[in-house]
Amino acid sequence: MAAVQRLIGAGRMPYVFLFPNFVFFGLFVFLPIGINVVFSVTGGPALFPSERPFVGAEQYAYLFDCGSYLDPSSCREDHFWRGVWNTAVFVLFQVGTMVLVSLVTALVLNRPIRGRGFFRAVYFFPVLLSPVVVALIWKWILQRDGLLNAAITSLGGQKILFFVDPSWAMFWAVFVSVWAHMGFYTLILLAGLQAIPSDLYEAAEMDRTPRWRILRRITLPLLWPNMIVVIVLSLIKGVQTFDEVFVLTGGGPGTATLMVVQYIYETAFANQVQNFGLAAAASVVLGLVLFALTLAQLAATRMKER
Amino acid sequence: MRSVTSLITTFALGLAAATALTGPVLAQSVTLRMTWYSDGNEGEVMTDLLKRFQAENKDIAVVLDQVPFKAINENLPVQLASGQGPDIARVTDMGGLARYALDMRPHLKDPAYWEANFGPFLTWMRTAGDTKSIPGFMTQLTVTGPFVNKTLFEQAGVALPGPKATWDDWAKAVKSVADKVQAPYPLALDRSGHRFFALAVSQGAKVFDEKGEPAVIDDGFKRAAQLVYDWHKAGIMSKELWGSVSGTAYRGANDEFKNAQVVMYLSGSWQTAQFAKTVGNAFDWIAVPNPCGAGGCSSMPGGAGLMAFKSTKNPEAVAKLMDYLASEKVLGEFYSRTLFVPGHLGIAKKGIDYPGASPEANAALKVFTASAAEVAPTAYQIQGYGNSRIIFNAVISRLGQAIAGETNLDEAYKRITADVTQQIAERNKQ
Repeated sequence: MAAVQRLIGAGRMPYVFLFPNFVFFGLFVFLPIGINVVFSVTGGPALFPSERPFVGAEQYAYLFDCGSYLDPSSCREDHFWRGVWNTAVFVLFQVGTMVLVSLVTALVLNRPIRGRGFFRAVYFFPVLLSPVVVALIWKWILQRDGLLNAAITSLGGQKILFFVDPSWAMFWAVFVSVWAHMGFYTLILLAGLQAIPSDLYEAAEMDRTPRWRILRRITLPLLWPNMIVVIVLSLIKGVQTFDEVFVLTGGGPGTATLMVVQYIYETAFANQVQNFGLAAAASVVLGLVLFALTLAQLAATRMKER
Repeated sequence: MRSVTSLITTFALGLAAATALTGPVLAQSVTLRMTWYSDGNEGEVMTDLLKRFQAENKDIAVVLDQVPFKAINENLPVQLASGQGPDIARVTDMGGLARYALDMRPHLKDPAYWEANFGPFLTWMRTAGDTKSIPGFMTQLTVTGPFVNKTLFEQAGVALPGPKATWDDWAKAVKSVADKVQAPYPLALDRSGHRFFALAVSQGAKVFDEKGEPAVIDDGFKRAAQLVYDWHKAGIMSKELWGSVSGTAYRGANDEFKNAQVVMYLSGSWQTAQFAKTVGNAFDWIAVPNPCGAGGCSSMPGGAGLMAFKSTKNPEAVAKLMDYLASEKVLGEFYSRTLFVPGHLGIAKKGIDYPGASPEANAALKVFTASAAEVAPTAYQIQGYGNSRIIFNAVISRLGQAIAGETNLDEAYKRITADVTQQIAERNKQ
């Protein structure tokens, strides 16, 4: 390494260390993104780009051919827009609930309560499970002859077909997702809470500051960087949601829980014809949305830091 | 210098000797990959047959990759498109995969045998305009048809509708039974376009115009769609099957039927072996002829074909294996042990015994064999059409939305037509 440094100078050495990773990322991240963009401007069922006829922006024009973007049924590719709106609703409720529940749990688990270690492990445990396993467990609980309906009927109630009613299906999709991932976000917030200097709380207690004011004036402002991380990560993960909801509801009833990633998967692989071009165009749109969201969140973080 | 020369000579001689010893073996030894899915015991039977083939043909190894049915529909087409597919696969979307099929004629022992025994079904595996190639054979011929839980009818004290009963007759009867015995699924239809068209053809759906181009929405189709829609409204069909998932997802009612929750289940002859095994003595079940409508009592023909693919590097070995599996003796044993309706004209003509079948399974197979004789020409035309799966998928996706209350039937009809047109246009882009 010393010889290399002598040859190229110390200032260029970081690039030497970055180069292998850059090659790796180029090959397995940027090249596939490039191929995806190529697919989005070509058509037909062939898999090799060289065999696919160039169609320009046709796939994008097809996706965006809508009477009103607020009404999926006015769009030529209505399933894409149903996926977009379902994902937006899912993200709105899932991120909101996730942040709130994780925050409350982290605040409670930060207190010196009995069995704190046990509870921390319990809330983190679902994070270790595969999303498919999570969805199957909840499917068994929620199906017609599942545990929940058994409990309801034992109390004299009627069975509820949770996966037949659109509102229930979306509710359980959000609930299961929050249940499965909140442990991870709780851990991030817990780490943030433990990094807050304890003398600030001691001083506030000496001043007899009410608890809610301590929360508002000390805890939340100092926890904000961690909150941003939680919001950004859960937002990105929420937009990408597929496996859990797909196994739990199959996107139904109708298209009530069809997420945009499921639309991309089905368009590319499950449908005959497998429409790789349209799926690629939809995934480019999704990628751009995620990119914009991430930039906006990073900008918000920087503004707060200043 | 001399030592270097002697070293090179020794190495060269050693290499030549090694080549002489192993070369012929390597040249002859080939490995074939066969992708396979099972509804019943056919994977076990095929494993047995392959063992026997390999005992007779030591130079050909066959690896049987047993996969779920979903993988056949979703992964296999991508594998084939990328040129990385198996040598042989058991498939149901034969028309859709015809472009990747291997014409085995140059390598087959007797192509005339194949033409004579699989002739009508070979068209299902060929691309449009091709009348000669031989890409595979039928591992089974299937017909759609209803399975009925006879015990539930007896418990409810309701008489079974007769042989020429209409769909309406059956709908009334199964609802009456379900109400009396508290069964949650009076009538279940697989969430599958193929199964829907059994109903649609019996209602008079024509599917194609005079030129043979798709014209899916007609009066017969609308009658069938309206029936399915109304049955859901009336609680004759539960929304849990057609209305609880989205898109093109297949949803069967096997588990519900074997748990005695379904009074009548429209599925197909391929379920016979499975129900014989899983239901056992839990209750009495029977297969009944396809119910009738304005267009007759036709069911939908179908089946699974074992197809060879042109991406194979060993077409001779593939043809040798296929010749063995398609031979009358071997295939007869396969049909007999799997309880499949034969897709081999010679075997079908001679008749086939199912010595391992239970009395229920034997009776069901008789009903399905009789149903096969009543299949309407339109039903064969749909099955043989290369883009049929595009039509099937559009129908279940859009009809599913209407059933879930997301749209109405008129809107669903428009969407089905648009989906079919758009997807066929996409497939034709080269």
